[in-house]
Amino acid sequence: MLRLVQATDWIVVRFRPSCHPRQSNVALTLLAILLLLFGLTLADAAWRSQAGDYTASRALVRELGLSDLSLFTEARYTRHPTQADRHSPFQDHPAALEHFPTGSLLLPPTCPASCID
Amino acid sequence: MPAFLERQKYLLDYTLAALLRRKTRNFGLLLVYTLLVFLFASALLLGQGLRREAAVLLQDVPEVIVQRLTAGRHDLLPVAWLDSLQRIRGVGAVQGRLWGYYYDPAVKANYTLMVAPERGLAADEILIGAALARVRQLGVGDYLGLRAANGQPLPLKITGVLESASELLSADLMLLSEAGFRALFNLPPDQYTDAVLTVRNPREARTVAEKITLALPNSRPILRAEILRTYDAVFNWREGMAFVWLGALLLAFAILAWDKAAGLSAEEKREIGILKAIGWETGDILRMKLWEGTLLSLTAFLAGYALAWWQVFHGGARLFAPVLKGWAVLYPDFRLTPTVDPRQILVLLAVTVLPYILATLIPGWRAAIADPDAVMRG
Repeated sequence: MLRLVQATDWIVVRFRPSCHPRQSNVALTLLAILLLLFGLTLADAAWRSQAGDYTASRALVRELGLSDLSLFTEARYTRHPTQADRHSPFQDHPAALEHFPTGSLLLPPTCPASCID
Repeated sequence: MPAFLERQKYLLDYTLAALLRRKTRNFGLLLVYTLLVFLFASALLLGQGLRREAAVLLQDVPEVIVQRLTAGRHDLLPVAWLDSLQRIRGVGAVQGRLWGYYYDPAVKANYTLMVAPERGLAADEILIGAALARVRQLGVGDYLGLRAANGQPLPLKITGVLESASELLSADLMLLSEAGFRALFNLPPDQYTDAVLTVRNPREARTVAEKITLALPNSRPILRAEILRTYDAVFNWREGMAFVWLGALLLAFAILAWDKAAGLSAEEKREIGILKAIGWETGDILRMKLWEGTLLSLTAFLAGYALAWWQVFHGGARLFAPVLKGWAVLYPDFRLTPTVDPRQILVLLAVTVLPYILATLIPGWRAAIADPDAVMRG
């Protein structure tokens, strides 16, 4: 019983008004700021997707007939995943272990029209 | 309405006071939770950004690329094939392409060499990509010496550096003339690397590809749709090892969160018993627990997501650069265009926020419906 009285007293003490800002107001303000940041990410996406200029890059693709991004330059089949043959990641035999790190981020080449038959 | 709001604020006040009583544990949890959302959101946003970039940049890739296969490997294509391809009904223009790779032992980097007939380059002139120029510290007017197939050094003069805006396509690119390319690789004049062709009616591209396979059985036609589909699959967030280890991380966090939220301590149970004894209703306790779960998980979600956004779209995704780079020396400096997929945000919310709220609510409800006296006595 003694313990109960102490605990309830404690709760009452915590709700006493003080000169500090109310904790709920602080928490709700923090949440509002975070929600505003989230809203800003949406606005950023809307604004920058319109402002993006791909003219030079697309002209280069048309001129050279480029087929791949130069994102993974460590191996032939990761530099040109769309041009690699189906055995490229396994240079020695189809069951060979993959050894390039970015190979773990890439899927094997998709089945081209030539494998329809 | 104001009374309802005021009631919620009192509940929130109490929840915060309860959370702050165990501040080390709760701040630690919030930190780990934010980090987890940050990692998941970063991987999602990066995959999504790269997928979009690939889709926009590769819109104009050749309609059909034809390779010659020998023993399952890409082989050089004889010039006679260009005529054979041209004769296939539905095929428009046919052009042989010359491109290949060069390993530079000086910097241990792979370059992609490509002939650019429209640039009017002399046999000893080249254009290089911005990343290549950066790594080799080269500029316009400098010479780059390559070792030709016959073992002789071949000095090439740099006449230009490709725009850095197109670095995602041209980081490792070296453009040269046909004469220079053939001299470097000692390539016979009647052979090409592959052929690109246009199709008169783009809807017939697949039919044309089937005709090519029939006419040239050891050929491999690659369609534009397949190229785009490959990139879609490559960057698909469901694929790849990143999500395997992130999944393991999520599982570890789920165990931690469940242990924290589901296993109410004796002190927390006693607290609920006291609240019930002094007149709180089960609904109030559930609302208090709902506030606790929502506050922690929503703060972690919003903070983690905003940090991931900044990291991926404004910080150049440097956190993932080592993973994407692998052992490569040349890596493009690129800024992705931000893109939002509401489905992915919902999935992220469902995976990170909902389970925690549930794990907080259920044990709270169990303690709240029990007899206060029994709960207080433990």
